[in-house]
Amino acid sequence: MKNGVMNVLIVGVGGQGVILASEILAQVAVNSGHDVKKSEVHGMAQRGGVVSSHVRFGKKVYSPLIPRGQADVVLAFEEAEALRWAYYIKENGRLIVNRQKIVPPIVATKKGSYPEDPVGQLKKAGNNVLAIDAISIAKDLGNTRLVNTLLLGALSSFLSLKDEEWGRIIRVRVPKGTEGANLNAFEKGREVAWV
Amino acid sequence: MDREKVRVLLSGNEAVAHGAREAGVQLATAYPGTPSTEILENLAKFPGVYAQWSPNEKVAFEVGMGGSMAGARTLVAMKHVGVNVAADPLMTFSYTGIKGGFVLVSADDPGMHSSQNEQDNRFYAKFAKIPMLEPSDSQEAKDFVGIALDISERFDTPVLLRLTTRISHSKGIVELGSRKEYPVSGFDRNVTKYVMMPIYARKRHEVVEERMEKLRKFTEETPLNRVEEGDRSLGVVAGGISYNYAKEVLPDASYLKVGFSNPLPIQRIEKFARSVDQLLVIEELEPFMEEQIRGAGIHCRGKEFVPNQGELTPEKLKEGLVRASILSGLTKEDLTVQKAGGGFPRPPVLCPGCAHRGLYCALNKLKADVLGDIGCYTLAALPPLEALHSCICMGASIGNAIGVERVVNPKAPVVAVIGDSTFLHSGMTPLLDAVYNKSNITVIIMDNRITAMTGGQHHPATGNTLMGEKTKAVDFWALSKALGVDQVFTVDPYDYNATLETLKRAVILPGLKVVISRGPCVIFPKKVRGKPYRINLEECNGCGACLRLGCPAISASEERTDKGLAKAIIDESLCTGCDLCAQICPIDVIEAVG
Ligand SMILES: Cc1ncc(C[n+]2csc(CCOP(=O)(O)OP(=O)(O)O)c2C)c(N)n1
Repeated sequence: MKNGVMNVLIVGVGGQGVILASEILAQVAVNSGHDVKKSEVHGMAQRGGVVSSHVRFGKKVYSPLIPRGQADVVLAFEEAEALRWAYYIKENGRLIVNRQKIVPPIVATKKGSYPEDPVGQLKKAGNNVLAIDAISIAKDLGNTRLVNTLLLGALSSFLSLKDEEWGRIIRVRVPKGTEGANLNAFEKGREVAWV
Repeated sequence: MDREKVRVLLSGNEAVAHGAREAGVQLATAYPGTPSTEILENLAKFPGVYAQWSPNEKVAFEVGMGGSMAGARTLVAMKHVGVNVAADPLMTFSYTGIKGGFVLVSADDPGMHSSQNEQDNRFYAKFAKIPMLEPSDSQEAKDFVGIALDISERFDTPVLLRLTTRISHSKGIVELGSRKEYPVSGFDRNVTKYVMMPIYARKRHEVVEERMEKLRKFTEETPLNRVEEGDRSLGVVAGGISYNYAKEVLPDASYLKVGFSNPLPIQRIEKFARSVDQLLVIEELEPFMEEQIRGAGIHCRGKEFVPNQGELTPEKLKEGLVRASILSGLTKEDLTVQKAGGGFPRPPVLCPGCAHRGLYCALNKLKADVLGDIGCYTLAALPPLEALHSCICMGASIGNAIGVERVVNPKAPVVAVIGDSTFLHSGMTPLLDAVYNKSNITVIIMDNRITAMTGGQHHPATGNTLMGEKTKAVDFWALSKALGVDQVFTVDPYDYNATLETLKRAVILPGLKVVISRGPCVIFPKKVRGKPYRINLEECNGCGACLRLGCPAISASEERTDKGLAKAIIDESLCTGCDLCAQICPIDVIEAVG
């Protein structure tokens, strides 16, 4: 936390729910009494392209963008995206990676190749990596749609935001009828992060 | 709610909508365009506001002008390149002035996240001689709308509110207020003000120059421009998002924050410059302020270390300051722990099941020169489809095709590809040109029944308005006929063979042809989902025909054929069941699941 500002970068592929996750985080930070700025780019990038969302909170936040090398936590919804964005992590920062590979069509036509074992590479580079097989865990919980809340649960254990606000905001933001399952997934994510 | 202020997290665009609501805006018009689109989408939800999508920015601007001429407070929003389209009325509206407050919101896109260029629209304010406000965050984005409308009414002028992507799409905390109403007094028949024929226009030009004189005084006094005293060794002039980047990197410097940036407060800048050892001008894109400040004989530094291309970021700024020896060395924190994760490409792609894909597959068989346009369908320019070969600005495809076909000999098939929203935006006049000047091109209208690229907005052929009312839906076939096109075909792009046959026939016919490719968007207005398909892995021979469709649901599996070719696999959670891959599979091994 530089100048009392906490920096969280959430990244993934268009359609994975990166923006909703960052919305929830930002709102929890507001309700926990922080000044908050959050930034991402909409539009063309979202058609299966790279999506990144910057969330910053603290006493007073100026820039909505996290300077690279200063993210306290990077949460990646996809492995190659973790590799792409890892340079945002500050020294001793944390990287949470969802164990999922989304291979873009361009790879099939040999105009690009999917990186070899991104998580291994990231560990080798000395990152503090928490890799979570969120899809399998979510499947065990009964619904793969719970992946995002599960990852938010893991993220939450590295941020000191108000616990009750997480629950409150998740309840409002998830589809009706799935509140219980999502809160459950959130707790599961926390557990995973603690181990 | 009285005392207790409501504080919410809003994007700059949402904040602008709230600003318009509070300031009593009654009429809001726009044509969608990233990063401006959400302004109108949000405004349409507020009681007392009438909001509409117009077919293009020029029309949006002119409808807005009408509202203002009749006394209503009005907001018109568009992306930066939209102002090019609306520039004609803008330049002369500056002469006539307004009646009800009028604010033009221009959302620029430094870095071209979703645009074809990164023009700096601050020059439009100078060009049109109108005041300009530049908010630095969401709170200001909201507040500046009301202030802009007050300035508009006080000085009898349209006002430019200039946003950038990072203002429009960043969220910050905003304090909300309640709405104030302004009664509409009606249109005045004021010929010398509104009839811009030369005798009256000359007079109005004098009024514009007098207005500029008054604004030059105003800019020196307004609290929109303010000095923040800090360390005197460094003085920074900055506005918009650049101000916040500068504060991030140079928290202790002295600042002259410019919120009102046309005309610039030159006297205050001069005074400020005298109070500091060194004056820096920190601005994204062009040296809009720097050149004017230098022009006034004030020494300053700026573009020598702040790039004039791409989006500015705190780290680019910091690196520049270090290079210019204004900051001493990068700290350990700035030196990135590791390099960016390689150049692994993940370009945006057509969605699984997108109707555009089938049309392009057929088009690729024709070896035609394809002049393209702007929309989701432009994504087919990328590999593996590589099916269109130009993209300049909205509506350009048809005119470009007419020109190519006119000069190339021997004649090869020349095709223009244009989306439905784009065609209604600015494709009708060039189609008329093709009729009038007897062009032999083939125009394909990619009718997916929505403005998809910008997130699914209605347009004159969808049958719905922004306010949620049903309305007439333009019929592209009848429209083409009415414009004088004799040969009009309709194809279903999900029927590959029929589409290919029709296209083959059309391109070789003499004269002008219009082909309407009709297949609704699979994500807007709602997600379309059918039975997914599956590839029989046993039988797949790894020919790669399906992979070359560029469908995100199809990828190479780990399995290899005897010849070592990768067999393809479909991700059933993404497949919409459009069955295009099944139609093009040469050995028929793709089938519906279950
Ligand atoms: C003058 C101008 N206004 C707006 C835009 C933003 N814009 C880019 S593509 C597009 C819509 C395209 O819709 P359509 O032609 O229906 O194609 P689709 O995306 O649905 O395939 C818009 C509004 C622009 N680039 N230029």
